[in-house]
Amino acid sequence: MAIAPAPPLLSASSLRHAYGARQVLDGLSFSIDRGDVFGFLGPNGAGKTTTFHVLTGLLTAQQGTFRLEGRPVRAGDRTLRSRLGVVFQAGSLDLKLTARENLVLGAALYRVARAQARRRAEQLLDFAELSDRADEPVERYSGGMRRRLELARALIHGPSILVLDEPTAGLDEASFQRAWRRLDALRREEGLTVLVTTHRPEEAERCGRLLILHGGRAAAEGTVEELRRRVAGDVIDLELAEGRSPELSRAALAARFGGDVRLSGRTLHLERTRGHEWIPRIVEALPAGALQSVSLRRPSLADVFLQVTGRPLAGGEAPERPLPRTLSPRKELGMLLRR
Amino acid sequence: MRRDEGCEPSPLAADLTVATVLWRRDVIRFLRQPSRLLGALGQPILFWAIIGSGMAATFRMPGASVGYLQYFFPGVVLMVIVFASIFATVSVIEDRHAGFLLPVLVAPGSRAALVVGRCLGAATLALLQAALFLLLAPAAGFPLRAIDLPLLLSALALGAFSLAALGFAVAWWLDNLQAFHAIQMTLLLPLWVVSGAMFPPSSRLPAFAAVLRCDPLSYAVGTVRIALYGGRLPPGLSAAVPAGAGASLAVLGGFTALTLTAAIVACRRRA
Repeated sequence: MAIAPAPPLLSASSLRHAYGARQVLDGLSFSIDRGDVFGFLGPNGAGKTTTFHVLTGLLTAQQGTFRLEGRPVRAGDRTLRSRLGVVFQAGSLDLKLTARENLVLGAALYRVARAQARRRAEQLLDFAELSDRADEPVERYSGGMRRRLELARALIHGPSILVLDEPTAGLDEASFQRAWRRLDALRREEGLTVLVTTHRPEEAERCGRLLILHGGRAAAEGTVEELRRRVAGDVIDLELAEGRSPELSRAALAARFGGDVRLSGRTLHLERTRGHEWIPRIVEALPAGALQSVSLRRPSLADVFLQVTGRPLAGGEAPERPLPRTLSPRKELGMLLRR
Repeated sequence: MRRDEGCEPSPLAADLTVATVLWRRDVIRFLRQPSRLLGALGQPILFWAIIGSGMAATFRMPGASVGYLQYFFPGVVLMVIVFASIFATVSVIEDRHAGFLLPVLVAPGSRAALVVGRCLGAATLALLQAALFLLLAPAAGFPLRAIDLPLLLSALALGAFSLAALGFAVAWWLDNLQAFHAIQMTLLLPLWVVSGAMFPPSSRLPAFAAVLRCDPLSYAVGTVRIALYGGRLPPGLSAAVPAGAGASLAVLGGFTALTLTAAIVACRRRA
């Protein structure tokens, strides 16, 4: 007797939302299995933040449906909300309270019994490496300590789905690696399903499944490897010297070698199998001094993004919507800096 | 560490929890800042003593032998409530900017519970501060034993809660401290001044009496005045209050319902 496959843990279909005339979510559908690390990759303006707000119930999408373990649920449904642990990009702690008080307060919002909340807070303080300063007001904490406490607070009620909005934005490389080691350990030990929005290709690489968000809909979806295979072979990056017209050089190369030649900033990208054999021919085809540098590498998710959407991931797209009032000025500043 | 995933919190229980958590947070934060307690008590005392004694020489209550310090006292009690509600409103704006309300919004409680929790917290702090100031009532000529406590508490509680809800609605709608200060200067303080807190309406100025009857704060000041006299105003003072105790409480109840609805609607509209 065949056993019906388990329904996905969480799925959404045809989410649509507009701010005025601007369609921010335009028929977005996705489906997330238990235990996945699922990433929404896209630049600012692709609909990531709106997706995050709709998922967490901060915003009700104008159209679309959610299913939790196969059962239809309203967006922002209480059952759904009680299963989520949410980490915001900007700080959301009470700075006047201690770390322990923040955790216990967070637990109370989810009706965790007091004794259990204290036990769980103890474990999570240990996990976040904050045990020795647990009874200090959070305003004395460093940025890194606050981020660890934010993560701990999102876990205090034992959620089954952890949702993180740009979790490593603004972190240096070492902190980035540490943060992801922590997330991976959590996923393994607690069987958590993790949802991440990000604009960083190196962060997207850490996801099991990835959805490339472009113009409010899924431009592509798959595992990192599946998506990488969309870019054939190697990527040759040609950084043009000053004074060269990128458009003309692109046209010249496309006419000579055929195929796709993509441009981002002053760098041309060619995807070729056995890329090393192409480099001498390409260099010879261009006038002397036309190139600043040439490099060969495996395709990254930024290449995949460029290939799928025709736009660079780190590009300057319009912001997707007016910022909701709840966001802090810090987040707005962060978005401006990244743009 | 996982909780039972099948267990769904009942909506009412979740809402009660959210309201309680927010209320408790407000109280903890207040008690942790002794300077706030000091300011909350010191300012009205100074206000009452300085303005009260300054006006005492010129103030004549028509048809009643009431000194100005006594006349002004219920007004200052309401001032304590008004200032506490202003402070609570500012803290809502600050909390939104600091992101503190986000985790509350994504937790399973409803937005109405968030509003009620914040307003209960603000009202509790207001009542606490008013209670401290009321210990001075004997100095104003109101023996503590003679005070109609249930009436006093009802008037102050309704006044504090409704002003907190009004503040919440304004804070959520504005989300801008400068704009809020402007509103407070052009709306809240004038409402307090014309509420009969500082001077009674006079028969020579019928317009003032009309304004007094439209000002919800005057019903709070009036009821506090009646309660401080033990439920019965001395002769000549009845012109200073817009209505009797029962009618005033009814007006305050209506005002509370209105402001609470406005706050909940504002909070539901926008994250």
